[in-house]
Amino acid sequence: MLELIVISTLNGVLFGMLLFLLSSGLTVIFSMMGVLNFAHASFYMLGAFFGYQLTKWIGFWPALVLAPLLVGAIGMAVERYGLRNTHKHGHVAELLLTFGLAFAIEEIVSMIWGKSPVDYRVPEVLDFSAFTIFSTNYPAFKMFMLAVSVLIFVVLLIVLKRTRVGLIVQAALTHPSMVAHLGHNVGRVFMLVFGVGSALAGVAGVIAGPALVTQSDMAGLLGPILFVVIVFGGLGSLPGAFIASLVIGLVQTFAVALNGSLASAFGPLDPSFNATVLSDIWNVTIAQIAPILPYVLLVLILIVRPMGLMGARET
Amino acid sequence: MSDTATSVRDLPAPARGQSLRFYGIWVIAAAALIVLPLIFSSGSSLTSFSLIGIAIIFALSYNILLGQTGLLSFGHAVYYGLGGFTAIHVMNAVTAHGLPIPLPFIPLVGGLGGLCFAAVIGWVMTKRAGTVFAMISLGIGELVASSSLILRSVFGGESGITTDRTALQQMFGWSFGPQIQVYYLIAAWVMISAIAMYALTRTPLGRICNAVRDNPERVEFIGYDPHVVRYLASCFAGLFAGVAGGLTAINFEIANSAYLGAVQSGLVLFATFIGGTAYFFGPILGAILVTYLQLGLTNLTTVWQLYFGIIFIGIVMFAPGGIAGLLMMHRPLVRAGTLGMVIPSYLLALVPTLVLVCGVILGIETLAHYTESQGQGNMINVLGIPFDTTRAGTWIIAAVMIVGGFVVARMTWRRIADAWDRATTGARDRGHLA
Repeated sequence: MLELIVISTLNGVLFGMLLFLLSSGLTVIFSMMGVLNFAHASFYMLGAFFGYQLTKWIGFWPALVLAPLLVGAIGMAVERYGLRNTHKHGHVAELLLTFGLAFAIEEIVSMIWGKSPVDYRVPEVLDFSAFTIFSTNYPAFKMFMLAVSVLIFVVLLIVLKRTRVGLIVQAALTHPSMVAHLGHNVGRVFMLVFGVGSALAGVAGVIAGPALVTQSDMAGLLGPILFVVIVFGGLGSLPGAFIASLVIGLVQTFAVALNGSLASAFGPLDPSFNATVLSDIWNVTIAQIAPILPYVLLVLILIVRPMGLMGARET
Repeated sequence: MSDTATSVRDLPAPARGQSLRFYGIWVIAAAALIVLPLIFSSGSSLTSFSLIGIAIIFALSYNILLGQTGLLSFGHAVYYGLGGFTAIHVMNAVTAHGLPIPLPFIPLVGGLGGLCFAAVIGWVMTKRAGTVFAMISLGIGELVASSSLILRSVFGGESGITTDRTALQQMFGWSFGPQIQVYYLIAAWVMISAIAMYALTRTPLGRICNAVRDNPERVEFIGYDPHVVRYLASCFAGLFAGVAGGLTAINFEIANSAYLGAVQSGLVLFATFIGGTAYFFGPILGAILVTYLQLGLTNLTTVWQLYFGIIFIGIVMFAPGGIAGLLMMHRPLVRAGTLGMVIPSYLLALVPTLVLVCGVILGIETLAHYTESQGQGNMINVLGIPFDTTRAGTWIIAAVMIVGGFVVARMTWRRIADAWDRATTGARDRGHLA
């Protein structure tokens, strides 16, 4: 039991940090431009596939640098030539544009790399077990993922809070026209922030690709959970996104690891339902409901606290 | 969005000629629905018409949310799918117990199923509008779709639940076995639903929905709760989506969890937005186009969904009013008689734009074939012309067509903009444009 708790906590924090790599970019982009980038998970997928392809050509380490840069460039192009032109039609049009992009990117990826998973492996340098706890070998690559995401988190925090660039970005979040009056090119700031957010998603893709499955539906699987994270944490709140990422990461990891069900918990009291809804609910294991738990959390938080954990406003 | 069918102009009692024209449109639509299968009577066209009819109801129900109340939903298929499952279960129960409920009323049962779910879950969903509503609808959609795979006894797992539509009590001596009878059933429900949904836009509720879309704060000031208005709108949307789902259940005699999924929600969003959300007939156009493309393209190409995505992105970026918006833009020009000023530049732009489109199609098809079926022959057939996907020439032709077409087309698009300005100025001078 203790083993399960320790391992699941590690995995949960890891998954949570990965989610935060994605949701931090999404949150900053949202609070800056008011656009919820539906294609954010698609950038994550592009990162994974670029990482796979570049690893095949030039090795993992160059890919770790190049793939996010490529994804960031694509993100900037999307902002410059897509979103900026759509801005005059309102936020719904912008959201729909990114929705269409997400749809198109998934199709393009499955067109080029096929619909089945690609063979994206952990690089050999990191293919050993870092340590052993309670007879479980914990892979070094997972520790590497954790280190990279924590590193990026710290760098992001320092850049946003302690540097001049961060100051301008923060000011542009709340007072874009004032920042423009002070002589900064707000359009370029937006483009760069969008690019950096996409590049972060790309990093997440490159490092998550070998550990999870690199497949053309990975964006569709992760995207909705990502939106749950940022609504749960409160739209536009970076600390909220951080807490929500960890909560959802831990909840999902623990749920997958647990195998209990109502039937096993109250075995002797089995009312022996026939094949009805009740028997389905009685027999379903926690591991089976793991995929729907984030959405249950979403509904609960909406009933209890509609603005999300750290959200400021109701609207 | 502001110049919708709800402008102040048509609020006073319409003149006799106007009301004649108004009812004329509905009568013509009904006549077209009756006559269509007599002209195109082949089995495949009947199937297509049935699917298009269902898509029309579904898209119109979606537009109650998106167009009229300003709620962008990514989970509308939930109501559609649950309506379908309700209909299937009721049909099976009716057959098993020999209840006297004939088949034509089953879509109403599906509608009630959708309505019930909307009434339960809608209250939580519509607490917030805008982007948050979009995210919540996405989350609820995923929640229901995933739950449907867990609750096997209700949703039948991956294989779904089947029924037999002919086992129900007959009505007018129709067994509803042949597709033609199912088509007329769908056509009748299309008319009923379309009239009901149009009438809804004319009620005080429909008007206050528009107000909630445009300025929720003022709605609160005049004493309405926007949350309640959004909730009622989502209930009506759920009702009609359920009707569409019930008709689908009758049409296919099966309901499975794919009905509830994100793909279905995405398709109805595409149909509604491509058609145009600002006018009542927009979603109808969109549903016809998208269903037709879907049926036509799946036979022609493996990457038809990519074309959908590209069309959708194009509409969002360049014509956010959709097809209906594009058409209605020309109405003042037609009235003022200045339409002739833009037509020459349209014709001029047609050629390079078509080259650009063909280049994109050739590029996508070549790439798709090259990556998907290596070693199974290199020839593809694009628009009747054979191309060899391994030859560099094909790739160069595609690239030249895309780049060249784009450069020339851009110049002609500027011409259109100039001509458009002149034509609208002319129309304004003659008092046909506000």
